[in-house]
Amino acid sequence: MLPIGHYLFLSLALFIIGVIGVVTRRNVIVVLMSIELILNAVNINLVAFSRLYGDVAGQVFALFIIADAAAEAAVALGIIIAFFRNRETVLEDEMDLLKW
Amino acid sequence: MLDKVLFYFFAAIAVGSAVLMVTRRNVVHGAIFLITALLATAGIFLQLRAEFLFIVQIILYVGGIMVLFVFVIMLVNLDVALQQIQFARQKWVALLVALALAGQVGLMFWSSGKMPGQGLPVLTASAVSSLPPNSETVAHSLFESYLLPFEIASVLLLVAMIGAVVMAKKRT
Repeated sequence: MLPIGHYLFLSLALFIIGVIGVVTRRNVIVVLMSIELILNAVNINLVAFSRLYGDVAGQVFALFIIADAAAEAAVALGIIIAFFRNRETVLEDEMDLLKW
Repeated sequence: MLDKVLFYFFAAIAVGSAVLMVTRRNVVHGAIFLITALLATAGIFLQLRAEFLFIVQIILYVGGIMVLFVFVIMLVNLDVALQQIQFARQKWVALLVALALAGQVGLMFWSSGKMPGQGLPVLTASAVSSLPPNSETVAHSLFESYLLPFEIASVLLLVAMIGAVVMAKKRT
């Protein structure tokens, strides 16, 4: 394997791209996809350190994160469908029912 | 050498398609680019000899979650959404957040005076046959040390499933 810094930089780059996507996009689906990207960046870190130390626990944690991402995507997409049915929009700054 | 070539190949694909995913206007294109980014990450897992996660990433992320995303993109009306502005007026916030993150990392380098991981042992590539079987060790760890978190994760998935069904069903 390469020195661990390579993997950390790749993970950092993906994380920052994901954060920029969360902040700049208006479409809720794209925001969710950016969150998936962030979770994925964390997984790279965990697997790289698991390989570095020869301990498989990091890969088990990455599995838990993938399960978490699946649960989050299912619930969030259900909410998006319900919201779209009521308000005909997927843009997050038009979701202002609780704002006054 | 092969390790290096593989890493840079997959890393370039991952970062490039992640950038395209965030910047494309069309949501379907974004989903496709996210799929390629996830596949490239799966390649990096394989390069790290995590075969089980490689398969799980492809089957679960690309085959499960992304299909769900594409499905929902089809359900919500895209033609209306495409006419509207896709980017929030928050470019400066994004720049600030990215700079803050990069600044933290830079500060870390500057204060420690070395690259991350420098001084840590670097594994030399060992023959594949001498490595322990990956799926087996993951299974042992998962079902012995992490049995309780595993069960909690299954309860979480059940809750998420019920929640998704309740959210998405028609009000009668």
